[in-house]
Amino acid sequence: MIHLTIDDKSIEVPAGTTVLEAARQLDIDIPTLCYDSRLKPYGACRLCIVEIAGFPKPVTSCTTPAADNMVVRTNSALLHRLRKTTIELLLSDHPNDCMVCVRSGDCTLQELAYLYDVRENRFSGGMRDHNRPDANPFIQRDQNKCVMCGLCVRVCEEVQGVGAIGYSNRGFEAKVCPPFEKDLNCEFCGQCVSVCPTGALSGKMWAGQPRQEGVKLTDSTCTYCGCGCNITLHSHGDRLIRVSSKKTSHNRGWLCVKGRFGYDFVNRGDRLTTPLIRREKGGALEPASWDEAVQFVVTRMAGIKEKHGPDALAGLASARCTNEENYLFQKFFRSVIGTNNIDHCARY
Amino acid sequence: MNSEITVNVCLGTGGIAAGSEMVMEEFRKEFETAGVKNAKFGDRCKIHKVGCRGFCARDVLVDVSVGDKTWTYQYIQPEMVKRIVKDHVLGRQPITEWLVGDDYHTFHDNQKKVILGDLGKIDPESIEEYVAVAGYTAARKALTQMTPAEIIETMKKSGLRGRGGAGFPTGLKWSFCAANESDDRYIICNADEGDPGAFMDRSVVEGNPHAVLEGMIIGAYAIGATHGYVYIRAEYPLAVNRLNMALEQAKEKGFLGKKLFGTSFDFDIKVKLGAGAFVCGEETALIASIEGERGMPRAKPPFPANKGLWGKPTIINNVETLANIPAIINRGAEWFASIGSEKSKGTKVIALTGKIRNTGLIEIPMGTPLKDIIFNIGGGIEGDKLFKAVQTGGPSGGCIPQQHIDLPVDYEGLKSVGSMMGSGGMVVLDETDCMVNISKFFLEFTQAESCGKCVPCRIGTKRLLEILTRITEGNGRKGDIELLQELAEDVRDSSLCGLGMSAPNPVLSTLKYFRHEYEAHINQKKCPAKVCNKLLTFFIREDMCVGCGMCAKACSVAAITGEKKKPHHIDSSLCIKCGSCFDACKFSAVLKE
Amino acid sequence: MEKTQEAVLEGIYQKCTANGDNIITALQQIQNEFGYVPEESVYWYADRTNIPASRFYGVITFYAQFHLHPRGKNIITVCQGTVCHVKGASRIISKIREDLKLKEDQSTTKDMQFTLETVNCVGACSIAPVVIVNDKVFGKQAPAKITQNLKAYKE
Repeated sequence: MIHLTIDDKSIEVPAGTTVLEAARQLDIDIPTLCYDSRLKPYGACRLCIVEIAGFPKPVTSCTTPAADNMVVRTNSALLHRLRKTTIELLLSDHPNDCMVCVRSGDCTLQELAYLYDVRENRFSGGMRDHNRPDANPFIQRDQNKCVMCGLCVRVCEEVQGVGAIGYSNRGFEAKVCPPFEKDLNCEFCGQCVSVCPTGALSGKMWAGQPRQEGVKLTDSTCTYCGCGCNITLHSHGDRLIRVSSKKTSHNRGWLCVKGRFGYDFVNRGDRLTTPLIRREKGGALEPASWDEAVQFVVTRMAGIKEKHGPDALAGLASARCTNEENYLFQKFFRSVIGTNNIDHCARY
Repeated sequence: MNSEITVNVCLGTGGIAAGSEMVMEEFRKEFETAGVKNAKFGDRCKIHKVGCRGFCARDVLVDVSVGDKTWTYQYIQPEMVKRIVKDHVLGRQPITEWLVGDDYHTFHDNQKKVILGDLGKIDPESIEEYVAVAGYTAARKALTQMTPAEIIETMKKSGLRGRGGAGFPTGLKWSFCAANESDDRYIICNADEGDPGAFMDRSVVEGNPHAVLEGMIIGAYAIGATHGYVYIRAEYPLAVNRLNMALEQAKEKGFLGKKLFGTSFDFDIKVKLGAGAFVCGEETALIASIEGERGMPRAKPPFPANKGLWGKPTIINNVETLANIPAIINRGAEWFASIGSEKSKGTKVIALTGKIRNTGLIEIPMGTPLKDIIFNIGGGIEGDKLFKAVQTGGPSGGCIPQQHIDLPVDYEGLKSVGSMMGSGGMVVLDETDCMVNISKFFLEFTQAESCGKCVPCRIGTKRLLEILTRITEGNGRKGDIELLQELAEDVRDSSLCGLGMSAPNPVLSTLKYFRHEYEAHINQKKCPAKVCNKLLTFFIREDMCVGCGMCAKACSVAAITGEKKKPHHIDSSLCIKCGSCFDACKFSAVLKE
Repeated sequence: MEKTQEAVLEGIYQKCTANGDNIITALQQIQNEFGYVPEESVYWYADRTNIPASRFYGVITFYAQFHLHPRGKNIITVCQGTVCHVKGASRIISKIREDLKLKEDQSTTKDMQFTLETVNCVGACSIAPVVIVNDKVFGKQAPAKITQNLKAYKE
């Protein structure tokens, strides 16, 4: 174990722990933009700088491993000045249209500007023009709001293993984009959206929906598959307006395209709310109670089995069921119905 | 080289640009027609291509040796060869008016050549000639008679420090690397000489590539590396060719490959071409580039000596550092430590350029006063103008003014005045150079070369450049000097890598020593050196103007009028101050103020 | 993509794989073959190597050496090192732009005869300012001199 002192508080951490992680264990707040505990440290935003006794200049706490007897300061006049300059520089190349930005109230950059009281900007100057229309159906890219923290690129590479986007160009004109600056063409898992600290990446379907005011958050479980990812439903009145997932969930906040963006059906008026039964051949589908529907299926299945034998029946299980449910389903077909005609939608 | 007559022709980039290939060809032809048999291969007479001897401003330089006497000719062009062969080679009458003068000797006599000693003497394309000057004896000695620990100890004792910029002790770096448990290690030669105004590494690789390879072999053995890379700029085609040639020759001789010098040590070297990014001179960016990625630096620790190329312990040494190593092994640590100043040992190769009479590549003991370099070796300022400053260390360095002219040139000395050694470029500036403009030039460079990863460098250098631009264009505001100072300090203190940390140095050093020039630009809207066009007024002196009309033709906004053969006139309300008329006038009649 | 082009790329792929070469080396060889890096060659190579095309694009746009568009028959490279700068490189650039009738943001002439580029430093500071046309180095240049030197290359 390693002993170190951070802001006069001592702590013991295992070898390999970074100074930032150690400080967070002590509930010491160090600002960050490019850090995510789930990804490799990157050291680009320069906000998590700290002073360490014996080091000639401030270092980023996210990349510096804690060492024995280290004495760390996370706040000083110098650190405050450097951080404030960095934030001011970022804002000098940012649209600053928080009033109409989808991420207002949920934006790290906005929060930092407030915390460091950046009201005027000493560095106003030329700004990038990286916004390009992107016709993909899910992800809104407002590249002029990008702070080049690299979280999106890293999550795509490190977590998804896809590499649909990457850094391009360099210096002031550096940007994040798909190859040859084409439209985004990927699975649209939206992991990039979930880690973006600003309004550079958002869900296209979030636009024009309430952001904070009157939005109710409800923790739930995704029903799309047996993984059962934990999700948080954002609703306003009786409408579902966004789905997110918490970092602390068993799925670590990661979701797929269905879980993240496939919620539109919930708000549809023509969505099924009761079972429907076609009572006679050629007739219309009519609402029925669950009891009636189950009874109907049981009667028909028993009839078919009796008349044509068990192999006249087949079961197709669903990916939306859990492992346990799928197990029971095949058991039911094999033992109760008596057939091996059992399959799963994931095979098709 | 036992021939009776030897002609040495400089075939470095500078020499070739001045026409040395043609000069050599002319010698060959002349020898044949003059009846000197077998000029190329013969025993009597030999034409010999050599590397850069440093004084490129006098190219093409040609040595003619007859017996054991040598004469050096300067500014030789192909049409002059005929007379040299006729009068000197055949007639034994040197052509005195073409010989180099005393200044050529002053230039060389004030230097101490450890690295450059064999440049200009041996044919860089021949391993035999390198071997003939005791080449590869150091590698043989190191591998057969010394343990890796002994070599590292020798390096530590010699006091050799990295010649690439920061001056980290080489022996210490090697010992860090050797201390790691690892199944493999790498040694990389950094030949990505990106500083504008620097050509030390290019000249060494072009002029004596085997010395660099020998240094790498010794280094590899000391740290236990079996693979080496030379990362070299693609913009140096001649150096790349000679390096590849040297590698082939060394492999044939068994100096590279398996079981070197009969020991069990295996080592091979690959050449990697840089693709044009200054930041790749930074160690971690260079490693990323060799791995085939964007050259974006990463935070240290871990240091490359512990975790470098492909995650293995890696040593990165600069060309000049490596070229020093054979000499240290052969002549001993004490010999090396006896050269130089207290904390900076050995010599330093410097590219001395700018507004100086003797432009060229020089080598001096560490600690030599700036004054000696500029006024003895360099011969003073070109055109008898006044010395203003010397810029050292390239875009990462600073400008040193007249008041520090006695400064010893070593790592500590340069650092103490806000500049740095860098790779050793030295650009002399005179009274016609505007320090705000110079500062802007370097920021243009670093801003364009920033990789864009970290915020202070990506946006900070851009904003520094914007402020400098508006000052040079007459739009400087009150408070801009303070703003520059603050932002420059913040970029320096919070950037990720050496590029961002040192990019503000040109601004900070000129603000410190030439603040009055900034003030003149901002407050009086004047450029004292008359460089910043937007702050100047262009006019034509009637008594000088012959009315040729060249200025009017060059003017893109038709601001110049006048009848033919009569003095012309510039309408200052139309003038956009582009300076085209100034360049066009052959009679110095266009003035700016 | 044409069959011949594919064969060239396959050749590069085989060679690079055998040598354990990286993306940069592969791209350098592609550019040597085609004079620039064609977009479709990147997709082909990315497919062949299973490396995301975004990595290739990132590398191409990072390094000054790579070009995504065809370049002129003659490449004029003006050195912009410190010494060339203090000795008037920018005036040489304006003069060449004027001679070749290049608009701002334009680096290749319409007839594809010339491409104007700059380089940070070629390390030939003793003969500054330096202009390189294709492989030939011209030292101690001046606006009038470069116009004269370029004439030989004009068709």
